Amino acid sequence: MAVKSSVSYDDHSFYDRIVKRRAVIITALLILALIFFVLNIYIGSSDISLSDVFQAIFYGEGQGNNVMIIRKIRAPMSLMALAVGASLGIGGCEIQTILRNPIASPYTLGITNAATFGAALGLILNTNVLKVSEAIMVTTNAFFFALLASVGIYIFSSRQGSNRNSIVLFGIALNFLFSALTMILQYVSDDEDLKSLVFWNMGSLLKTNWKKLGIVLCALVFVSVIFYKNAWKLTAMTLDDTKAQSLGVNPQKLRRMVILLTSLITAFAVSFVGSIGFVGLIAPHVARQLVGEDQRFFIPVSALIGSVVVAFAFIVSKLIIPGVILPIGLVTAIVGIPVFLTIIFNKMGD
Amino acid sequence: MLKTKNLTFSYRSKIKELAVFKDLNVSCKKGFNVILGPNGAGKSTLLKSIFGLLNYDGTIWCGEGCVTEMSMDDKTKFMSYLPQIDISTSSLSVFEMVLLGLLPGLRQRVKKEDVRQVVNMLEALNIAHLTERNFSELSGGQKKMVFIAQTLVRDPKIILLDEPVNSLDLQRQLELCFFLKKIIEDKEISVIVVLHDINLAARFADHLIVLNDRGELYSTGSPEEVVTETMLKEVYGVVASIHHDAEGTPTVSALKSVNN
Repeated sequence: MAVKSSVSYDDHSFYDRIVKRRAVIITALLILALIFFVLNIYIGSSDISLSDVFQAIFYGEGQGNNVMIIRKIRAPMSLMALAVGASLGIGGCEIQTILRNPIASPYTLGITNAATFGAALGLILNTNVLKVSEAIMVTTNAFFFALLASVGIYIFSSRQGSNRNSIVLFGIALNFLFSALTMILQYVSDDEDLKSLVFWNMGSLLKTNWKKLGIVLCALVFVSVIFYKNAWKLTAMTLDDTKAQSLGVNPQKLRRMVILLTSLITAFAVSFVGSIGFVGLIAPHVARQLVGEDQRFFIPVSALIGSVVVAFAFIVSKLIIPGVILPIGLVTAIVGIPVFLTIIFNKMGD
Repeated sequence: MLKTKNLTFSYRSKIKELAVFKDLNVSCKKGFNVILGPNGAGKSTLLKSIFGLLNYDGTIWCGEGCVTEMSMDDKTKFMSYLPQIDISTSSLSVFEMVLLGLLPGLRQRVKKEDVRQVVNMLEALNIAHLTERNFSELSGGQKKMVFIAQTLVRDPKIILLDEPVNSLDLQRQLELCFFLKKIIEDKEISVIVVLHDINLAARFADHLIVLNDRGELYSTGSPEEVVTETMLKEVYGVVASIHHDAEGTPTVSALKSVNN
């Protein structure tokens, strides 16, 4: 066969074919997310049949506490799993894009460790940074410090001469700073507080309610829309800075915007649910393998992979020990690692 | 077609200031312009300044008006620029890479005309067989061709190319130069190219601009006027013999460095 490609590009249908393939992937992931969502509502400590689940969801009818359990507890938790997964997936996708670093994630910027420190302040010293009610103190503290870290990174990245390497280094410095500060608090804390911090760190969906879910969803939708509107400029960020500039993109400005918005969704996700590691790192990797780096597809697929992984981890967390729900952060890491290793080995094989 | 007026630029750091050029007045014409000069003469800096990536003093003018005062969005409408160093490791496909050249006109839904424009460009540069390949898997020369396609795809009126033939094989070099000649003729545009190969420059350029190692304009004009033994000695520090073909196009054989 001749060296020339056997595919003809005359009719331009090759591009429709590529777009169609990606649309199929997105649809498949949406269906998978929906299935996991239903399974998450179905699986729980009290046995409720699948038909009762649907009855409760769609008609608000059911025996005993079933409607309450489904509508007020399981539904928001299951949706939160999807929302948090999507937030971390998108966060990872964009941080990897703007730093052009495949091992970066929202964690690289120090946001999670800052949130942990905030939570530790509340749990151990009872410090109420923003003077809010006791019930939301830990969450608010975590959020406040996550934002503080991101403002720090934002200011740093606005400095003249900052580039993607210096941003990564600054993030690592923040990581070490906040984990050292957290350790100081751990050192002085009593056993009970230490235990609650450790549990906070493992991540949990159990305290989810509709209000928290609403906040996370609003932030997620807001940020996704802005990212999607800038999809082509973000795609150009896969090139080096001069090249991106030659296409009319301002890389410094775009980088600052992404840092701010990513911090926002990560801060919400982490402060409500605790530390769910790994999703921000693996979701973009899987997405890249599936649809490449055209951000019009890379963004939604990263979000969906994130959702599917966390939702699946949530299912597993309820099934390993009957009657016990394991911390979602731990299960996500354990579920995620084989996926991640498979990708690495596949890449090495190429 | 494009003029710089008293262009002054220096790279500044806290401890020192390194002047690249001072009060440089250069004019480029419609057609094939080539900037020549030794390493560090400021050729790339000149192209970057024209595209507006550096903060210079002085002004730059073209048919569209004062380039210095234009926003990047306005500039990218008629001007495009190929940087010298590309260390991109993007895993976009070649098609997507060239499609990016149509920024900022791209919308969420890619139009049929956009696809056609990209495919036509890939075909014109003889790299259509790479269309669906992953950019990161290409050879250095192939990557260069993709970047050239990306630069040319949006049909610019002024094209700035910083050492476009580097890492291209002989055939590709010639094909590229002939292609540039063709679009210059068809569309009456200006191409401003930084080259190191004086013979290639002499053969294809309509207009040569020579900068010396102090960032000053040494000479400017047609290849016959500019490529002389004196210029090669004073600007490049080489002793060379020059032959002219039947049409008067000079060919340089460099013999030795003046230091030898």
